[in-house]
Amino acid sequence: MASSLTREQHLDLYYYMRLNRDLEEQMVRLFRQNKIVGGVYSSLGQEAISVGTAYSLGPGDWIAPMIRNIGSLLVRGFKPRDILTQHMARYTSPTLGKDGTSHFGDLKTRHVVSPISMLGDLIPVMTGIAMAGRYLGQKIVAMTWIGDGGASTGVFHEALNLAAVQKAALVLIVENNHWAYSTPTERQTALRDLADRAKAYGIEGAIVDGNDVVAVERTAREAVAHARAGHGPVLIEAKTMRMRGHAQHDPAEYVPKEMIEEWKRCDPLDRHEKFLTENKLWNAKTKQEIDQRIARELQADVEFAENSPFPPPELAAEGVYCEGCHTIEADWKRPKEEVMPPRSSVVAKWQIKNPNAAEGPSKRTPASTHSPSGNGARPAPSAKTSAKPKHAKKSKGARVPVKAGH
Amino acid sequence: MAETTYLEAIRQAMSEEMDRDPAVVLIGEDVGVYGGAFKASEGLLERFGWERVIDTPISESAIVGAAIGMGYAGLRPLAEMQFIDFIACAFNQITNFAAKSHYRWGAPVPLVLRGPCGGGVHGGPFHSANPEMYFVHTPGLKVICPATAYDAKGLLKSAIRDNNPVLFFEHKFLYRRIKEDLPEDDYTVPIGKASVRRQGRDLTIISYAAMLHTSLEAAAELAKEGIEAEVVDLRTLLPLDTETILASVRKTNKLLVVHEDTRTGGIAGEIAALVTENAFEHLDGPIRRVTSLDTPVPYAPPLEEYFLPSVAKVVSAARELAHY
Ligand SMILES: Cc1ncc(C[n+]2csc(CCOP(=O)(O)OP(=O)(O)O)c2C)c(N)n1
Ligand SMILES: [Mg+2]
Repeated sequence: MASSLTREQHLDLYYYMRLNRDLEEQMVRLFRQNKIVGGVYSSLGQEAISVGTAYSLGPGDWIAPMIRNIGSLLVRGFKPRDILTQHMARYTSPTLGKDGTSHFGDLKTRHVVSPISMLGDLIPVMTGIAMAGRYLGQKIVAMTWIGDGGASTGVFHEALNLAAVQKAALVLIVENNHWAYSTPTERQTALRDLADRAKAYGIEGAIVDGNDVVAVERTAREAVAHARAGHGPVLIEAKTMRMRGHAQHDPAEYVPKEMIEEWKRCDPLDRHEKFLTENKLWNAKTKQEIDQRIARELQADVEFAENSPFPPPELAAEGVYCEGCHTIEADWKRPKEEVMPPRSSVVAKWQIKNPNAAEGPSKRTPASTHSPSGNGARPAPSAKTSAKPKHAKKSKGARVPVKAGH
Repeated sequence: MAETTYLEAIRQAMSEEMDRDPAVVLIGEDVGVYGGAFKASEGLLERFGWERVIDTPISESAIVGAAIGMGYAGLRPLAEMQFIDFIACAFNQITNFAAKSHYRWGAPVPLVLRGPCGGGVHGGPFHSANPEMYFVHTPGLKVICPATAYDAKGLLKSAIRDNNPVLFFEHKFLYRRIKEDLPEDDYTVPIGKASVRRQGRDLTIISYAAMLHTSLEAAAELAKEGIEAEVVDLRTLLPLDTETILASVRKTNKLLVVHEDTRTGGIAGEIAALVTENAFEHLDGPIRRVTSLDTPVPYAPPLEEYFLPSVAKVVSAARELAHY
């Protein structure tokens, strides 16, 4: 499959996916040893999405990962020890033990916003970051992820709609892994493809095979370029499968066995390994070197985490407010004078670009404007209500049929 | 110099802060071209342009969420709720996202969320709310309820310069009803400091927002009977100025709390607990409350009048307490 990435970059994708998987397997072991304080939410089988999408971003861009996006955190430069100490509630963790899992971030250098548990709430926050980035002249893109279940929240709609009217540089990845806890996607939405939602917001959408890291990376890169160019947000639906239960406690007996078996054949790591071999981008020795490097890194970081102390109890009372411990600083990439009076001054009047201008109000049938029965809610038969779907336009090569599921 | 209304004071605070700091932006429904449902932001779009005064879809969660994101990116956003009742639609963004952010991962949220609250204008059950206590119960937020034009301006400026999420509840009954001379120069009023509005020796009346004026009127009535009430204006509900509260109670030995918020779970209960814990031996009578009823805010004028505290209700409760 054609790809614009270099050999090194293809190997990077392997490194991060393998690190993602081995780290999570390590966490499962620690969970079984009772060393994890809370839960472990596996992204087994979904590593290509976390890694491929985050890999498409530039250093100034922002991400807000969800709980299954440990791969994105790794791509962004966080270390396994950050994730391990978070899960083990140690004082050395990025949140000093105040929060767990992937609930941490870094505003200043890595531009990572911590998720909160409430699904969907990152989307307006990242929209705000994209809006601020434009205001500051930064040309940045904000990326975040949501599940097939989280896509049912009200805030998903509010945020995507706001991002659309603001033409915010937001890239939203919908990870359709076919399950939201025990609920299948068909109970979340009557749509076959969640990417169709893009149409409803007047934005670009794409579907990608979420188990093909090269396709994911390419689709995301195109979306990022589109958003960065000021053309507005993009919604990418990545089709995949949640290969474990919702979290470690959940045996997921509600998932049909055949479904798991079928998706095992599409394992994203196996596929990328095959891709690397077929394209002669590596050999057994390269693989061994990378795998061994990962094993060494993980061993060191597990030791670090296990030897880290819990936080001192009194820490619980600290840090509710920022009392001068942080400075609020915007990174201006344009002259501030542009947004200050008198240069900022405008005439406060709307310029309405009527999308129906060609028809003109006089050409509307009375039924569609003054209908006593429907108040215009029911469109007149002549009204154009079904625009052609063109959501796959931006990513021709990446739109792939999905083999399993649904 | 012409006197400035409470509403104009708020507009001035926003405008002066936007002049001072290009990181300050305003986001909300109808805040731009229209200038806000109560005209609080009138003229700001003309002065600061489309990028800094942002009209949004009707999406309270997205407004607050976007403002949080802007704050993370280094801006100091002001977000408006068209009526404060709609803050319920953004509850999650405020309580789970903004409030916990600094504690959890050290990310400050320099956000001001402001909007018109309060009754007395026949707004009915959905345009009269006093939602402060939902948020006073949320560590990480600051909650401000100004009662005067001077404080409204000075506290809003402090809120904008603060690094934490601040909820700024503007009492709409006061918008155009009160005015005063304001200083020409830049000034701020500190968050978390109450103010003693009237000195007295017989009892303390603690209040805030529109009820401060009711309490002051009641104190004037009581003075005619020889009862000298000390009136304390909380100004900030979170963090609460416990020192000023306790000092006044230690001086007068009796306490009446007056608020427009409904009774159960109102700040009066918290203040009563604070005083009994810290100044029990100074009390010469039971702590009393005059509050709204534990009902939604009713629409019909006689119902709303019955629902709300009034000068007469405050006078009668204070008189009884003074003679206790
Ligand atoms: C608003 C909200 N409601 C409920 C939950 C509890 N919850 C956590 S994860 C989850 C399922 C999420 O499914 P999906 O969005 O598809 O993500 P996935 O777990 O498949 O990655 C639920 C119901 C939550 N976190 N947030
Ligand atoms: Mg799911």
